[in-house]
Amino acid sequence: MLKNYICIVCPNSCEITAEVENGEILSLTGATCNRGQEYVRQELTNPVRNIASSVLLENGVLPLASVRLSKPIPKDKIFNVMDKIKEIRLNAPVAIGQIVIGNVLGLDSDVIITKNIDAK
Amino acid sequence: MEEKDVIIIGGGPAGLAAAVELYHKGIKNILVIERENTLGGILRQCIHDGFGLNRFKTTLSGPEYAQRFIDEVEKDNISYMTNTTVLSVGQDKVVTTVGRRGLKTYRAKAVVLAMGCRERTRGALGIPGERPTGVFTAGVAQAYMNLQNTMVGRNIIILGSGDIGMIMARRFTLEGATVKAVFEIQPYPSGLPRNIQQCLNDYGIPLYLSKTVTDIHGNSRLTGITVSDVDKHLNPIPGTEQDLDCDTLILSVGLIPENELSLEAGVELDSRTKGAIVDEYYQTSVDGIFAAGNVLHVHDLVDFVSMEAEKLADSVADYLHNQSLPKATISILPDTNINHTVPQKISGKNSFMLSLRVSKPLQDCVINICQNDKILKTKKITKAIPAQMIQIPIQKEILSDTGSLEVRVTC
Repeated sequence: MLKNYICIVCPNSCEITAEVENGEILSLTGATCNRGQEYVRQELTNPVRNIASSVLLENGVLPLASVRLSKPIPKDKIFNVMDKIKEIRLNAPVAIGQIVIGNVLGLDSDVIITKNIDAK
Repeated sequence: MEEKDVIIIGGGPAGLAAAVELYHKGIKNILVIERENTLGGILRQCIHDGFGLNRFKTTLSGPEYAQRFIDEVEKDNISYMTNTTVLSVGQDKVVTTVGRRGLKTYRAKAVVLAMGCRERTRGALGIPGERPTGVFTAGVAQAYMNLQNTMVGRNIIILGSGDIGMIMARRFTLEGATVKAVFEIQPYPSGLPRNIQQCLNDYGIPLYLSKTVTDIHGNSRLTGITVSDVDKHLNPIPGTEQDLDCDTLILSVGLIPENELSLEAGVELDSRTKGAIVDEYYQTSVDGIFAAGNVLHVHDLVDFVSMEAEKLADSVADYLHNQSLPKATISILPDTNINHTVPQKISGKNSFMLSLRVSKPLQDCVINICQNDKILKTKKITKAIPAQMIQIPIQKEILSDTGSLEVRVTC
């Protein structure tokens, strides 16, 4: 079976066509680097994504602090992780890299701060 | 009047990269002027990841990417002023500013224009209809959500498939809103395919091509819109109207370099890029005034903005050292498949990076760079889309001192 993918690994956005049989990649065209094949394999077995959001901040010069995940997580867990992120309340100051939730939902990925924000 | 070697207008990615590179080149009497209250420019509100793959070989969020440059600025003690607006730049490189300390005037040996760009608005599109609240540009919605913690709506439709619009579609969805659809007037998407995948397809948000918004409804708050199919001249086709309910309309319909200051300084603009006409030194038509980043031409990736500004800084250093730069007498003439090139002219004495965008999607093409009817360089393109900036490095060894450089596409 032929399957079409848009590779999201880098902005080149390669449009990949893969011949797939029983979850195995038989052949692959359209990828301009090796990461394309890796991406298709990941999409076939366990598609993963990174997400960005923000958490509420008390006493900061901004009312919220941006966060992202240290590692991509399975696509079907995105909204579960969003629920966890929405529960967080922090006090300023916060700094880039600060871990807000370690190993969120046991997915081997941390929710980390992505902006330095001073206290008011 | 205070004297500066270089004044940089704008503390976003272009201005910061130029400042850091100038400092590393030994030019330390510089001043960055920023009108917001912190450095970083638009990156402060671009909290999604994917920045830095080219420049830093890792994927970062916008604020993290900006912080890498801000940290350098702080470490080197490069002077900058925030909450300060530049009122005017003269041909004599006199820069007038207003800020907390009142009106101040500086004289610079060189000025770097790094003001970035603005979004096209409803007014620029001329969408008819009522004028309720609930119509936002994508960047304004992004600022509300990511800087002010204000949700702009619950039931959202997006006009335009620009990258910021698609990134906001994902953001709205993650924060609990419903994004009904994205409508694009062109027959092809205007943003990067990866964003169609990871921002729309992943969340089941449909993208409709060759459709546009032709009416806006609602008295105080937006209650709905009308969309219509468009013909190949992009004119709405009567009888194809469809009414849709929504409380929010997001416009992601293009960016325009912000060049009011440049025009006042006498800088000549390119009608295609809406940015300055520059040579390979990034010098504008006014001696000693340089431009890079989105004020020069809208980029697809911030990495290229930083790298362009770093090259600009090297030229500014040369300019200060030699008091002038070689004249650019060779024009770069693209054919109709190419929307524009940057630079638009060169001296022929240096290697340079030719940046360009195609005017429509192209497949299996060859871009030939020709001079005096000789092909100097060939780049094969399997797929080219207007959303992507193409860069072709040109080496000085292959250039002649005379004869326009023609950029020709054959498919």
